[in-house]
Parts: sequence; structure tokens; C-alpha cells
Amino acid sequence: LNTEATFDTKPFKLHKLEEGPATTVTLSRQDALKYYKDMQMIRRMETAAGNLYKEKIIRGFCHLYSGQEACCVGMRASMRSYDAVITAYRAHGWTYIMGVDAVGVLAELTGRSTGCARGKGGSMHMYVKNFYGGNGIVGAQQPLGAGIALALKYQGTDGVCLTLYGDGAANQGQLYEAMNMAQLWKLPVIFICENNGYGMGTSVDRASASTAYYTRGDYVPGIWVDGMDVLAVREATRFAIDHCATGKGPMVMEVVTYRYSGHSMSDPGTSYRSRDEIQEVRQTRDPITGFRERMLSTDLATADELKDIDQNVRQVIDDAVKRAKSDKEIGLDELTADIMSNPIDTRVRGVTAFDTLTHKRIGPAVNS
Amino acid sequence: AQLTVRDALNSAIDEEMERDERVFILGEEVAQYDGAYKISRGLWKKYGDKRVIDTPITEMGFAGIATGAAMAGLRPICEFMTWNFSMQAIDHVINSAAKTFYMSAGMVNVPIVFRGPNGAAAGVAAQHSQCFGAWYSHCPGLKVIAPYSAEDAKGLLKAAIRDPDPVVCLENEIMYGTAFDVSDEVLSKDFILPIGKAKIERAGKHITLVAFSRAVATCLDAAKELSTIGIEAEVINLRSLRPLDFDTVMESVKKTNHLVSVEHGWPQSGVGAEIVSRMVEGPGFYHLDAPPVRVTGADIPMPYAKTLEDHSLPQGKDVVRVVKKLLNVQ
Repeated sequence: LNTEATFDTKPFKLHKLEEGPATTVTLSRQDALKYYKDMQMIRRMETAAGNLYKEKIIRGFCHLYSGQEACCVGMRASMRSYDAVITAYRAHGWTYIMGVDAVGVLAELTGRSTGCARGKGGSMHMYVKNFYGGNGIVGAQQPLGAGIALALKYQGTDGVCLTLYGDGAANQGQLYEAMNMAQLWKLPVIFICENNGYGMGTSVDRASASTAYYTRGDYVPGIWVDGMDVLAVREATRFAIDHCATGKGPMVMEVVTYRYSGHSMSDPGTSYRSRDEIQEVRQTRDPITGFRERMLSTDLATADELKDIDQNVRQVIDDAVKRAKSDKEIGLDELTADIMSNPIDTRVRGVTAFDTLTHKRIGPAVNS
Repeated sequence: AQLTVRDALNSAIDEEMERDERVFILGEEVAQYDGAYKISRGLWKKYGDKRVIDTPITEMGFAGIATGAAMAGLRPICEFMTWNFSMQAIDHVINSAAKTFYMSAGMVNVPIVFRGPNGAAAGVAAQHSQCFGAWYSHCPGLKVIAPYSAEDAKGLLKAAIRDPDPVVCLENEIMYGTAFDVSDEVLSKDFILPIGKAKIERAGKHITLVAFSRAVATCLDAAKELSTIGIEAEVINLRSLRPLDFDTVMESVKKTNHLVSVEHGWPQSGVGAEIVSRMVEGPGFYHLDAPPVRVTGADIPMPYAKTLEDHSLPQGKDVVRVVKKLLNVQ
């Protein structure tokens, strides 16, 4: 077995940049095994989430990340411990990669006390240190991410905030408001467009007068990245973090990817695109299959090793599913918990004037 | 000593910026212009570009940036040139700032102050003359303060800046230049008023008048006139709209058995509607000797012409008229 191997990525496209990231990248065996495991974990976790939804154990909205795994795994690989992330509603993969385990994610989806937000947030609202959610309002995370970057700079760190949005949210006005201020104030924020081809059922060509999302920051430099290649994503992210952390201001990164599922569980995802299209991506561009082949062809791992990882992942997810089904919801005393970190008046009106509930404090309130 | 509301707000911000390095102010024209209404006068010279930040005219963007900065550990004061423009940014006030603490199960609290002038100014027509008291006090997760006097302005804004939750501070442009007598205590750097506590501005035994912001002045005018005919009105300055100090209102009504709410905002689903509802749906109902009544702004977009504008907002004489009617006095 080799301890490392070298690969070529697809060329990056650059906007307002003289030089881009290296297209020849070195991968260690140790990192390779980690990326593979993380991508498989997210894939299996999302499959489990889809099944739990079909069993009606997950309620409401549920947006799956299957097909996009290389994006979050590649980015996380270049992040430093103090860099921050905020993303949109397709948040399960990001929540996992930022440190919440499969039980924390799946039990949140089933609304149980062991969920990472105790079942109060659900699919779109999960948080962990340096991860500011999961935001259910398309585009709202864009200025929030610029604000997190402002705080990182204000506090004298060289931390960077990765601010993610889809191709749909790329047309929101507040993105351009945030980019303008980020460029004026040289905020260390990477505006990352995860372009999966469709905003709900509207293809990029039908929604965007320009689909070259990496150029849409105008005066903000941009990079186009193959989002199905974890190594390309990793290199581009390293490059973007270097740029932002050295006071040069924001950067735009477009990672081109694909979502296998519909927009959400209520969308079969076949009325606005063909089954053939999905099948073709699975066969030719799948981020996990492609990476697996690279690992095997360069002797970074054996087929048996990868099979062991797959089995281990399956076991972890199966156990997590059991927990997510059997753990209890939080008690009704927590209905009125943590509305305020300093509630002042602890009486909370219930559904009638005769139901006065009592506010309770539980969470750590990290900004107190 | 005398202190204007403007200077009270200015010193509140100045003192809190001095006290806590994490506090900063951003908004349109807050720095080099010294504030559109001069609330931030002198702060840019004192604290510089890092902590007094002029933004472009992009409310949604800068309200979102301020909220994100609060999530990541800073203490932003986000100035809206007037609250009318906050409608461009209301998603961040409600969905981003007010709800995140609950959604994150108590992990990410959002210590931010959104502030600016609220309610009708003079002669600026419909788009610039609106009270947001009912809008923001509707929403759990927010605290909403509405200072009337210089003492209120200083004590409440300082409390808001120190508060670990999102606070909406509804000021009034017409009150900015009004000077109030204040004690030495108010001038001290340690002067803080508790959010969620009302103040009895004038004691009385015949009827309770409840108001906030500039409408407190309307009530005090009315109370003065009423006293000349032997009616002693108790005037309650709510100071905060959320949490709403209904206990103080209730205690007063137990004594006076009559309730009138006065506000400059619109009637439907307004702050007065809430106060009256709380009074009649609980034990307060049995303390009333007459129906509780609202005095509000008229139910119309604000007209520009002076005489029309004057008739769109409640005056002291309107309150007097209503009180006489309720007490059955000619």
C-alpha cells in the first residue's frame, strides 16, 4: 500500500484572480480513508433519513444531501479548528462534518431529546460549535455569514466564515448586499454556491441570467470547482481560506454538484429532469464511487479495507436509527425552555389565558 | 440637571462602548455624518472605523451582518435610520435574531440591539409615519422597549446593550430634542433601568391611562387638564412592550376601576388591543366599572397635510373626551 498518491483535478475556472489553486494534489492514505468514511457516513445517514421520512417518523421538511457529499467533506478538510460555517436548509451533512454524530442528526430529525437541538430545531436548524446552522430562509444565511466573518476579524483572529447557499439562493438580493459590504470592509468570508443544478424544480438556466456563479460577485474574486471531486474542493477551499485569512477580503467559490433526491421528501424530483440524467450522474460523476476508484487504483487502500469501512458505517447508522426511533421527545416542561437567555418575566402564556407556563433555562447560551 | 432624549441615548451608547469592547454600532450615516438624527454624535471620532461603521443603504444586508456578528460573540447596535426601513430587514429581526436561541435549544443567544426612531414624525407622510410597537412586540424571542423620557432612554438603552437577548428599541424622533429634568443618578455611568418594568408617571385614583413612548406625553397633558375638573388620572408609562408589565396595570385598575390605553399606532391588533384583552379575559374584568377603551392613531395611512395629520394622531383632548365619557362627566 502507498502512504500517499498524487492526482490531477479538473482545471479550476478563475474570476479576477491571476493564479488559482494547484491542480496537482497529494493525498495521504490516512486522509483518504477519512474522507471516504465521512462521505459514506453522510450518504448512509441520508438514506436512513429518507427511509425514516417514508415511515412517517420524520415530520415536516427534509432535504437530503446525497450526491453533494464531496462538498462538505472537501471543505472541512481545509478548515482550521476556529473557522466557522453557516449554510442553508440542506444541513444534515454539514452538521455531521462539523462534529455532531449520526445520533445527534437523526434523533433531531425524529424530534427526540438526543437530537443536537433536543428536537426543537428539526431538519433545518442544527447547531454545534463554529456551525451556525441550518437556516430555513433561503438567502438569510448570506449576510449572517458575512457578520460571523466580521466578528472573527473584529476579535483579532484570522478565522474565516464559509457561507454556503444554493444556486437558487444565488439570486437573492441580500447576497449582493452582503458581498458589497464584505468587499468594502475586507471581511474574511467565502461565499460558496453549491450549484446542484436546480433551485427546487427550477433549473439554473431558467432561474439565472448568468449561471457562471463564480463570477457573480463582480468585484469579488471567484473560483469554479468540480464539486464531485473531494480533492478539488479541498484544494480550492485551502486557496480561498488563505486568501481571506490574509486580509484580501471575500471570495466566491462555485462548487458544481448534483442532488440525487428531489428538493425535499415531497418532491420525487422527476418532473423537471429525467431519470436518465440522474442515472448518468450516478454512473459517471458520483463523488464516492469516483474517489473509491482513485484510492484503489493508486493503492491507497485495499478493497477489503473499504468494505470494512462500509460495514462499520452501516452499523453506526443502523444503531443511530434505532436510537432515533426509540429515544423520547423532550418533556412538556421544555415547551417553554430557552425562549430567552435572560427571560426577565418567566410567565409564558399557553394556548389560553388560564394556562400560564413557566420559562425554563437549559442550554449553554454561548454568547452570555 | 436637564438632559435631552438625544443626549441620553448618545451617552448610553458611549458609556456602554467604553465599558465593553464587544459593543459596536453600525448603520446608515452613524459615523462620519454623526448620525442622521445625531444620536451617534462624536462616537466615530472617539472610537474610530472599527467600532462605528457606516453602512451602505442596504437594510437587509446590514441587519443580517449585525445579527451574524452577535451570533459569533459581538454586541452590535444596529441603527435603522427610522424603523420604517426595518421592514426591508424584518426577516433578520424575527427569523434570524428572535428565533435562533429557541431553535438551537438554548445554545446560540443573539445579543443585539436594533434601534432607531419609531412612529410618526412631522409632515413626512405615510411611508415614514408608522408605529412598530405592535409588530415587534407580537414576537416571542424579542424584548421590546419604548422609552419616553431622557431617564427612560438612558436606562433602558443601557440595559438593552447589556442584555444577552435581541432587543428592539423604539425611539421617537419628535422626543429627541426634548429636555427632561434628571437626577444625578441618571447621569451616572451605572444607571440602568430594568426591562419589563413600567413606571407610574403620575399617581391618580379615578382612571388608569396606559401609554408608551410619545403617547405618555399625550396622557400627561390629558391628566393635567382632567385634574382641573377634579379627575385624578393615573398615568402608566409602559417603558417595555415585551415583556409587558401587566402587573402594574392591574394594580392600578384595582384602584381606579377604569382603563384607557393610549398609543399613536393603528387600532387593529395594536398594543392597546393587547392590554384591553388581558384586562377583560382575566380577573381584571371584575375590577372594571366601565368598558376598557383604546385611544389610538386613526385607521388610515398618514396624510401629509398638517390639519389632516393632526387629526390622525390622538391629542390630549381626545383622551380627555374619552375619560369624561367613561366617567360620565359632562
